[in-house]
Amino acid sequence: MTMRRADVVIVGGGLIGAWTAFFLARRGRKVVLIEKGVVGAQSSGTNFGNLRLQGRFPGQYPLSLRSQALWEEIEDLIGDRCEFDPSGHLYIAFNDTEREKLEKYAAVSESHGLAIEHLGTADLARRYPWLSGKAVAATFSPRDATANPRLVTPAVARAAKALGVEVVEQCTVTQARREAAGFVVETADGRSFGCDHLVNAAGAWAGEVAGMFGEGAPLFPAGPPQFVTEPFPYFIRPSVQAVDGTVIFRQIPRGNVILAGYPRTAADPIRNRAPVPPAKTLAAMRHLTAVVPALRDCHVIRVWSGIEGYLPDMIPVIGPSMTTDGLFHAFGFCGHGFQIGPGVGLCLSEMICDGSTETPLAPFSIARFRGAVAEDEKFRREFDLPAAAR
Amino acid sequence: MAVGGDGASPAGGGRFVRAVPREAERVRFTIDGKAAEAQAGDSLLTAILVQRPVLRRHEFDGGERAGFCLMGACQDCWVWSETGERLRACTTPVAAGMAIVTAPPAERFAHG
Amino acid sequence: MAEVVIVGAGPAGIRAAGVIAAQGLRPILVDEGRQPGGQGYRRPSPGLSLDMDALMGTEAGKYKALHADFAALLPQIDYRSRTLIWGIEDRRLYCVRDGRQMTIAFDALVVATGAMDRIAPLPGWTLPGVFTLGGAQAVLKDQGCLVGRRVAFLGASPLLSLAALQYRKLGAEVVAVCDTSPFRDKIAALPQLAAVPRTLARGLAYLAALKRARVPLFDGVTPMAIEGEAGVTTLRFGDGQGRERRIACDAVALGYGLKPETQLAELAGARFAFDARFRLWLPVTDEDGRAGEGLYLAGDGAAIGGADAAEASGALAALAVLHDLGLRPVIDERPVLRRRLARLRRFQRGLARAFRWPVPALSRLPDEVAVCRCEHVTAGEIRRAMDEDLGPVDVNRVKAITRCGMGRCQGRVCGPALQEIAAAHAGLPVEAVGRLRGQAPVKPVPLGILEEEEA
Repeated sequence: MTMRRADVVIVGGGLIGAWTAFFLARRGRKVVLIEKGVVGAQSSGTNFGNLRLQGRFPGQYPLSLRSQALWEEIEDLIGDRCEFDPSGHLYIAFNDTEREKLEKYAAVSESHGLAIEHLGTADLARRYPWLSGKAVAATFSPRDATANPRLVTPAVARAAKALGVEVVEQCTVTQARREAAGFVVETADGRSFGCDHLVNAAGAWAGEVAGMFGEGAPLFPAGPPQFVTEPFPYFIRPSVQAVDGTVIFRQIPRGNVILAGYPRTAADPIRNRAPVPPAKTLAAMRHLTAVVPALRDCHVIRVWSGIEGYLPDMIPVIGPSMTTDGLFHAFGFCGHGFQIGPGVGLCLSEMICDGSTETPLAPFSIARFRGAVAEDEKFRREFDLPAAAR
Repeated sequence: MAVGGDGASPAGGGRFVRAVPREAERVRFTIDGKAAEAQAGDSLLTAILVQRPVLRRHEFDGGERAGFCLMGACQDCWVWSETGERLRACTTPVAAGMAIVTAPPAERFAHG
Repeated sequence: MAEVVIVGAGPAGIRAAGVIAAQGLRPILVDEGRQPGGQGYRRPSPGLSLDMDALMGTEAGKYKALHADFAALLPQIDYRSRTLIWGIEDRRLYCVRDGRQMTIAFDALVVATGAMDRIAPLPGWTLPGVFTLGGAQAVLKDQGCLVGRRVAFLGASPLLSLAALQYRKLGAEVVAVCDTSPFRDKIAALPQLAAVPRTLARGLAYLAALKRARVPLFDGVTPMAIEGEAGVTTLRFGDGQGRERRIACDAVALGYGLKPETQLAELAGARFAFDARFRLWLPVTDEDGRAGEGLYLAGDGAAIGGADAAEASGALAALAVLHDLGLRPVIDERPVLRRRLARLRRFQRGLARAFRWPVPALSRLPDEVAVCRCEHVTAGEIRRAMDEDLGPVDVNRVKAITRCGMGRCQGRVCGPALQEIAAAHAGLPVEAVGRLRGQAPVKPVPLGILEEEEA
């Protein structure tokens, strides 16, 4: 079979791959985006939908803020708003220790120019009377937002296609290697692609692709237990998150409340299954009712989870390969890739087209996995994995 | 046309028709604040539809609904109580003192 | 001792419980409803002076026997009524009863969850006054009520004429019985229908009784619209002779056969296969109902078969449970039951042929008609989403993009119609677009669910 030539081949049609394809095509590059299933079906389509700026890894703020500016223009960028909603984000504390943590997060956010409102008990009672007394303090970030993850990746991929990107679905990459003239990428259906640059955006499956180039990261697949309620009158405006991790929830204008809880559960990327233990759903329901008692009579109608790639230090891999020129990695977003997706795509396009990007990405280098890596304290608390998976 | 049961069609335009009599206590309840009466053993859906043509307003299509499958499968007959309770009308027996509202009690949510 | 749990106190579940109890085990029989009997053998709620002998007609004997047997069985079983099972994991059922959470552990699970009507939307089907055919019968038996004064019966099902007769007996004006299946389909199905001659004769007798009563009967009907402003006022249809008819009515009972309620079987690990005759995805079982390790399916919840098949398959499933537990059944009627079940299921395949699911009409459903009544997603929205570049084809992707199937009923009502519309629009065979995947909770569960009480 003849080899198709492109400037860039991107492995993985999730939101990272789609955004990267979009920005590269805008720079006039010929791009092939290869996806083993259909675009946006995995974590990209099943995540919570938060475009959260509060409480991010400090070294991620430049990327995150750059990305938010892109979200705020999404309709101009790709011609589809995807239910982008500048809802604001309310981070709530249940005790003094947590409040101190919020203050630390807020200081970091504010140092990067984000406007944060500090709310005490009286403020919360006045502004959010539906919040129970469990919340003793909160920080509110008005620039935070939400969007509908189910719609985003297909919409971005469509915009990328309109710019000339070739989107190949139902196609699994089986082999990739670097040769003198460039990369050769082979697929299960016998196709082969040649390109100058290769992007590994294969999500929970990215470890395999990295492995083809002698690199690795201790990626493990998991997903947060989520649920959605029936629709009822809209009254919860901000996206709300407990700093202790027990609840993240938002109400969409149609009226349904979406909740993501902890601990996250191991997912099975081979059989493509992300089970939600009923006990976790029950726990999450109790946590939510404790925070918003008015919801006690509302009904949960569905649970789901997704297959997300996690890394033990709870930050992603973004940047050039350590072994192979022209290869770039962007995976392991630990459940917070939705917000930085457009920024990651833009930065990768700059690295590929210009040789560098203005946005600092050093903390996300794959090089950090050459030695031992410190596990983030969240890792122990927020996951619920069998010993064998770790 | 002969209709059996406990009498002529109810004033005010009910949808359901009682075809046979029932030996049962009266159950007093309210719909949107107005007094209503049913029989012990009636489902909440029957209790409402023997005196009204509809159960509720639909959230999204602007129309009204009067239930559909009548056996707890379609989930189209959920109604609200004044205190924000959710009741699946076809599988919930009517009980004395129930205060049903045909539109969601929005104020209750906003103020917690 | 092994814990055997049976889900569903209809004829299948009751017979299964009987077989297990006869062995000296004490099964747990869980049912969501208040009374045993399922749908077909529903009992009236207390106080109603409903003549069930008259209503049940030829089936009155079986109806009474089932309920009498249940009453006799009750002391030997652990009967949990008003208990909704919403999730299953690791041989544990997650339930809610009266707003309180509880779990039930099992070694063997018999799922006999019955069926619900299969619905083909048409313009106006969400108007107040349109009900499922099964629902129209349920409210009659349970509540002694008619769904209206002037009722039209529309669809493709042998139950259309039975329900119409029951309604007429109880004083409704049956304004029309509109069968969308053509007469020639019924003739073609006769060889299979002859498998159970008594049931065939019964069906013909219902039709004859309706004719004698001068109830307007139509077959080969093309449904056009249900009309009305605040509620149903008119049914408009093509009468099979090329004429458009408008019939004044205040209620329409709509049904195109039954489809199994399979959500719990799916959560318990059953696999599914597409059945071309029924045009349904059905759980895969062996001839005795085994669907997986410790999992057994029976009754209409496994495959549509009717009440007699439910009783036979319930007993068979229970016998399979006993066999797999290494116990020798007190009475082993498996060969007899298997033969009976095979005959009854052959009859059902004949019914599926005689009363066809209206695939062409669904593929032509006008764009403005709602397919998903929970979320109000129209056929046009589904088609437009599919037409988008990189648009969805598999029904789960269509659901993710359009919200069809995301409402409270989680695709129970719209699932089959969604499959047909998606397949027709994509130009694919219906099995190629898949089926809506199930997840817990199988029915809505309140957030404020109370903790399980300490035993």
